[in-house]
Amino acid sequence: MLKNIEKNMTKEQRLKKRYRAEKRFKMYGLISVSLAVIFVLILVQNIFSKGSSAFSRTMIEVEVNYDSSLLELDSPINQNSLKDADFYDLAVESLLKIYPAKDSKEERQILRLFSPDYEFEIKDFLIKNPNKIDQVVPVKITASDDIDQLNKGNFPRDLPEDRRRVSNYQLNIYDNLVEKEKINKKFNNYLFTKGDSRDPELAGIGGSLMGSFFTIIICLILSFPIAIMASIYLEEFAPKNKITDFIEININNLAAVPSIVYGLLGLGILLSVMEFPRSTPLVAGITLSLMTLPRIIIPCRASLKAVPPSIREAALSVGASKFQTVFHHVVPLAMPGTLSGTIIGLAQALGETAPLILIGMVAFVVDIPSSPVDPSASLPVQVYLWSEQAERGFVEKTSATIMMLLGFLIVMNFIAVYLRQKFEKKWN
Amino acid sequence: MNSLIAGVILILCLSSYFFGRSEARKLVTQNIKLKALPAYYGYYLSLWCGLPALIIFGCWSLFEPTIIKVLILNNFPQIESKDLFYEQTLSFFNGNFSGEITNEIKAASIKYSSINIIAQNSKIVIIAAALIGSLTFAYRKIQKNNKARDDVEIILKVLLFTSSLVAILTTVGIIVSLLFESLKFFSTINIFEFIFGTSWSPQRAFVRDASAITPEELLELQDAFGSVPLFAGTAFIALIAMCVAVPIGLFSGIYLAEYASTKVRKYSKPIIEILAGIPTVVYGFFAALTVGPFFRTLGESLGLTVSSESALAAGLIMGVMIIPYISSLSDDVINSVPQSLREGSYAVGATKSETIKKVVIPAALPGIIGSILLAVSRAIGETMIVVMAAGLAANLTINPLESTTTITTQIVMILVGDQEFDSPKTQAAFALGLTLFIATLILNYIALRVVKKYREKYD
Repeated sequence: MLKNIEKNMTKEQRLKKRYRAEKRFKMYGLISVSLAVIFVLILVQNIFSKGSSAFSRTMIEVEVNYDSSLLELDSPINQNSLKDADFYDLAVESLLKIYPAKDSKEERQILRLFSPDYEFEIKDFLIKNPNKIDQVVPVKITASDDIDQLNKGNFPRDLPEDRRRVSNYQLNIYDNLVEKEKINKKFNNYLFTKGDSRDPELAGIGGSLMGSFFTIIICLILSFPIAIMASIYLEEFAPKNKITDFIEININNLAAVPSIVYGLLGLGILLSVMEFPRSTPLVAGITLSLMTLPRIIIPCRASLKAVPPSIREAALSVGASKFQTVFHHVVPLAMPGTLSGTIIGLAQALGETAPLILIGMVAFVVDIPSSPVDPSASLPVQVYLWSEQAERGFVEKTSATIMMLLGFLIVMNFIAVYLRQKFEKKWN
Repeated sequence: MNSLIAGVILILCLSSYFFGRSEARKLVTQNIKLKALPAYYGYYLSLWCGLPALIIFGCWSLFEPTIIKVLILNNFPQIESKDLFYEQTLSFFNGNFSGEITNEIKAASIKYSSINIIAQNSKIVIIAAALIGSLTFAYRKIQKNNKARDDVEIILKVLLFTSSLVAILTTVGIIVSLLFESLKFFSTINIFEFIFGTSWSPQRAFVRDASAITPEELLELQDAFGSVPLFAGTAFIALIAMCVAVPIGLFSGIYLAEYASTKVRKYSKPIIEILAGIPTVVYGFFAALTVGPFFRTLGESLGLTVSSESALAAGLIMGVMIIPYISSLSDDVINSVPQSLREGSYAVGATKSETIKKVVIPAALPGIIGSILLAVSRAIGETMIVVMAAGLAANLTINPLESTTTITTQIVMILVGDQEFDSPKTQAAFALGLTLFIATLILNYIALRVVKKYREKYD
């Protein structure tokens, strides 16, 4: 049938048809490339638009009356006695003055405008400025998550009251405070200095940043020397025999094993047999180094292989031993390639989540870890943990964490590309 | 303590290097012809100083806790929950125990402190002995003017070889840890029930000790671990992903290899490869918070019921993640098709697209199939996207708008948080892991074989 139609067409018509097919085919390719590129842009735009607001924090300015009689101090007022003092009564008294309240229910609503840490923020202010005691001072206190989101405009105000997290009464106070210019934004340093928290306005990535840092350092210490030594052996010294073949097959297979299997390995061997401490960067680093090892060995071998044989022959011909040839000439020449391969491998390890979940890094850790054997989270795990939270405030926190993570990855990849382009010799 | 020992060993290593070198130089001043450069005598001494001591130190630190534990628990055969007891003893010993202190705990912690002292002392003695022994041995050799370079190179070669064995050790570790738990699982649950059963509800096995399971309970549990829904869900989501990734990836690869100008190629190739560098948890977040709800509202406006954890959202995003794997690999294989084939085709009057369709693609087909197989194995093993965007309930369905679950999701769901190690539920995760490992291994093996065959054809 089709054949018949084609036969009935003139030569010109057929040619036109073929050119149309040609154009269509090219168009498919162009559309595919554009789709992929557009998707990258959508993803980045989506993350940035959600996350950029997390870098600021809403503060409410409150006139705090530092009335020393409310502190019930036994000893004279100094830094230490202030640190031990209970600021709750003082704080509540000052906070309730921002708006008239009819009953205790409304008083509770006023307090809920502030983050649960208001007591400590008021205390910290006085410890920093001890001369303000018995004075009335304006203090900026972190607003609660709901007010924060309201102020950032992420909050639909026109919903009926029972479907809103902020009551009409609280909205009135908010509007009143805005009118008096008591509500302002400042840079959110909590995002970088605090550990995890159940309250979005107090949650930060300080802990997971340190966790990721320790994990990557351990991963680097373990995987880089072993990977380089293994690739030198395989590329330069290994005899062609069954053992070498077996090692090579193993490396190629390991590079393609799904990451979650390495998590099972960490759980089954490191945690349950060798009894390493759970949820720690130490175990995470070891697990990830086993995972990145083959992924580093492959580019390392490629860059060793790229060093031309003439270099080796020249060194050997002036009397260098095989080892001297390799370590004095081949390895230094291959260094840019091996380093950039290592950095790319580490960048992959930095973004890896699944194995860390299995070795228990999903624990809720408030404290910032100070060593690799402290329980901690890591950046990608923090993304996973916060994305499961229902509060609106965690969405922007999660996006901000992703921005940080992507930032690190971009920097690492940039360094890798730079190393390769700047220092790698091109052999022709 | 441990860091002190390690520090002493390292300092000794460093100083023995300089010592060995200066000894060798002394020999030179006595007009003895050295058999290697002086520095090699330093390396030789330093290696002999450090290696034996560090190996002993490493092994000791690794096995000490386990051996002490066994030694102590042997004294208390009447204790039932041995692990808990030992943990309590340790925390009592460290002074942060907040529970009921029994006489056994007190006795055990006394025992622990005495064993600990013995262990510490003997560790120091043995390491010191190893240091002195190996140093004297090496020093004598140097004095005899041995072939230090050859000896150093042999030691280094052994070191290089050992580090390449880590790959084998990792594989063995994976297989052992997966098999060990899986075999325990298959000793309680029939393997055929696992492979062919159609109902997956591991929560029924929750808080049950494997050793305490009565035969009736076992019978009841048999059909809780049918993993067909998981296999089907995994395959289904992977299929959706491939439906997205194969056309886009393949056409991108063709376009970049055959049509794109150098400038377009220079900018668009790295951008597409960004997709491969983005952590999967980011895709998961995007799929769960943006794409899933978007499909849901879209479906609602069309009058369809779309689950917010639909297989479609997870599969679609997974497909996007896989695009670069297919596009770069197929770009590579298309580029390696010899130019002469294309020119032959142009010479008989074929247009560019006809050449690509009739000549280039058939020639590159094995490589393309290999890249697709690799992509499938990646889709099957992908975890975070499905954990965050796909469902948790095992659902045997072929409706992309409903939620399904996958092997990797279930592994994570079972193992997240606290888990008791001897329950069939935990072991089931390892059995699933083993299945996943075998499936990806087979796919990778075939793919690498196909690609390799293809490379040989044109290289």
